[in-house]
Amino acid sequence: MQQVPVSLLTLVAGVLVTLVSLWVGQATPLFPEQASEQAPLVDNFFRLMLTIGTALFIMVEGAIVIFMVKFRQKPGDETDGEPLEGNLSLEAFWTLVPAIIVIILGVYSVQVYTEMGGFAPGGLPEMAHHHTHPAPTVEMVAHQEGAGMSAMPPQAKYGIGANPSERGPADLTVSVSGMQYAWIFNYPDGIISGELHVPVGKRVQLNISALDVIHSFWVPQFRLKQDAIPGQPTELFFVATRVGDYPVVCAELCGAYHGGMRTRAVVHTEEDFERWVSENRIAQAPPDSEGLAIHLH
Amino acid sequence: MAQTQVPVAPHGGSPAPHPPQAWKWYDYFTFNIDHKVIGIQYLVFSFFAYLVGGLMAVALRTELLTPDPDFIDPTLYNAFLTNHGTIMIFFWVVPAAIGGFGNYLVPLMIGARDMAFPRLNALAFWLNPPAAALLVASFFYGGAQSGWTAYPPLSLITAKTAQSMWVLAIVLVGTSSILGALNFIVTLLKMRVPSQRWDQLPLFCWAMFATSALALVSTPVLAVGLGLLLFDLNFGTSFFKPDAGGNVIIYQHLFWFYSHPAVYLMILPIFGIMSEVIPVHARKPIFGYKAIAYSSLAICLVGLFVWVHHMFTSGTPPWMRMFFTVSTLIVAVPTGVKIFGWVATLWGGKIRYTSAMLFAVGLLAMFVLGGISGVTLGTAPVDIHVHDTYYVVAHFHYVLFGGSVFGLFAGIYHWFPKITGRMVNEPLGKLHFVMTFIGANLTFLPMHELGLQGMPRRVALYDPQFVDLNRLCTYGAYLLALSTVPFMINMVWSWIAGPKASGNPWNALTLEWTTASPPLIENWEVLPVVTHGPYDYGMLDYTNGRPYTEPAEQEA
Ligand SMILES: [Cu+2]
Repeated sequence: MQQVPVSLLTLVAGVLVTLVSLWVGQATPLFPEQASEQAPLVDNFFRLMLTIGTALFIMVEGAIVIFMVKFRQKPGDETDGEPLEGNLSLEAFWTLVPAIIVIILGVYSVQVYTEMGGFAPGGLPEMAHHHTHPAPTVEMVAHQEGAGMSAMPPQAKYGIGANPSERGPADLTVSVSGMQYAWIFNYPDGIISGELHVPVGKRVQLNISALDVIHSFWVPQFRLKQDAIPGQPTELFFVATRVGDYPVVCAELCGAYHGGMRTRAVVHTEEDFERWVSENRIAQAPPDSEGLAIHLH
Repeated sequence: MAQTQVPVAPHGGSPAPHPPQAWKWYDYFTFNIDHKVIGIQYLVFSFFAYLVGGLMAVALRTELLTPDPDFIDPTLYNAFLTNHGTIMIFFWVVPAAIGGFGNYLVPLMIGARDMAFPRLNALAFWLNPPAAALLVASFFYGGAQSGWTAYPPLSLITAKTAQSMWVLAIVLVGTSSILGALNFIVTLLKMRVPSQRWDQLPLFCWAMFATSALALVSTPVLAVGLGLLLFDLNFGTSFFKPDAGGNVIIYQHLFWFYSHPAVYLMILPIFGIMSEVIPVHARKPIFGYKAIAYSSLAICLVGLFVWVHHMFTSGTPPWMRMFFTVSTLIVAVPTGVKIFGWVATLWGGKIRYTSAMLFAVGLLAMFVLGGISGVTLGTAPVDIHVHDTYYVVAHFHYVLFGGSVFGLFAGIYHWFPKITGRMVNEPLGKLHFVMTFIGANLTFLPMHELGLQGMPRRVALYDPQFVDLNRLCTYGAYLLALSTVPFMINMVWSWIAGPKASGNPWNALTLEWTTASPPLIENWEVLPVVTHGPYDYGMLDYTNGRPYTEPAEQEA
């Protein structure tokens, strides 16, 4: 009887592992919908790692299962296995290959991070249009932290921005304050809302601050998250790409009702957004509390 | 030989004058300086802590059966999640792996009669019970509620008395860990039997050396961070109070400079256990002794420079995000070297399906997934999406439950005959393994998807869209809780009435198997002479019996 050549088996196994890995990595519905320019960048990077990871997973787990079955003790056999203490080229192989993979992933993650605008936060202060400022209580303590930084104006130096090359001035700047257990959004023209409303396709800057403890501003559909830190302004810069109603989630433990610290991020068409702005401008025109007065010029 | 040194069964025998022949049960509740007694004290203490931490997890998972906070009060929920993490790290994995197995095994593996500083060793253990008492007492003040990370300002304004007690408890166990680390380093450097060369040192001892070095460097930094927190809480300082000029980010750096290496403190000794258990039950030399030994040192070195990956969404400048992405990814390389080495050890073996081996292989299977998800988490772009979500919870439970807890069980089943002089019940052990393996995957696998889809961690209430996956996780957690029942029955029953174990029931080659089971009080009458490597399976001629004599077996 003709034996199936080992090389053929290896080839078939290799093709199968590749196909399964590609399917798991590229086709499984793991993520919520993509609603920002950054979302596809994150997803594609994750799916690349998932593809490589699945291949690695199948190979290692497969080896474990095959070895466990093939090399189980036969009844009555009390002898030891062949003394095989190592193999330099094999060990070099499984040191170097993962090293190369992680170096490629590392370089690629810098690339993805740059495209996401990770190097941009506060980096172009002359271009950032400050329609509004972060909540004043926070701003006053913002620059007492590092002596080296204290000469700078109270500009967020931490955050995630958009692609620097494409980053023009923000079309809309919103101040976001986290507090136990709500988000407050301050819009230009004095609009204050408990929800985030933004127009689709426009550059939006969020100046994020916290009034009591650390919170974290997260919109899963945007794939963006930035902590709101007391005493330290941060920012997020994004372009929403899809009209819809998405959750804003607090991702940093902030107290007993941390899980309830949720609101909506509504991405409007441009006309809808204009309508929302004008309705709210009228509704909020006479400020009826002193808290609001601070923000009205 | 050794007629006068025949070990007396722990419960029998007449009252002995100094020095006693064997310890009595009550000796285990005293300030005893025998490393074996201290090791058992750590193991039993930490297992009870594991039960308490596990019950808290059951309460947390029960709360999460429904999206509403309807089972326990949300403040109690936060106290449970804080103390679940704290207990599992500081009162279970670290004391069981380092204090328990480390103290019990290191002197036995290097042919020493005890640790270098026995009194210091006992002192280090006895810092733990008061620390545990502090945590228990803190629940009368509401319990610490700011997570095991205790980030200010939340930790400065929530349940302040309980938080202070929590800090003191951690400082106590941290001190214990520093004393222990110092002891291990000196013991390994100075106490090895002269015939043992460095390349004959069991890999568990290499792992303990790396662990201890890491603990010595990192633990004081945690003590500083928590000390400052304690001052802020009680003495009106404002290191971490943003409204009074403090900086909350500094705390995160101090905390994670310790607490990331703490992850390696919890896994390196377990890696050591793996390197002992797998060759014995696979009847194969460990594949790549040097690679596995040096990779421990590499992990501990690189592990000191990855801490900021816990802060990618915090106040972290871009260059730091990138630097720490790359350093984090590099840790995957030495870790992979170990995994591949263990898998290769299986190749060509004659694998015994013992409970110890099943847990060790289960660890391999779980840890591979935890490692891969760790690489994805280590990159800043992905972490910015999944940080502080259930994806992270899934990852670290694959590493810490699938890794550390599986490894601890592998170690307990492997060394139980040595420690107690009795064999475990294998069918019960296998039942324990099957329940644990299914339970762990059922609990933690769905959490990846929960996190990717948008469920944050540490919440008592959540969006109803996540209810189905959460149910699965909770059922898995119940199965895990049940899995401890066959384990406990097995431990108690086998300790009392299990079949007597010989000195070397697994035919293992490391030195702890050259003495009786349980070992004599001073370990050996005559110190053993090392004539071969610790993993020379398949290389020795057994025609004249196993290489070491087994006094206990002949007497039994
Ligand atoms: Cu919050």
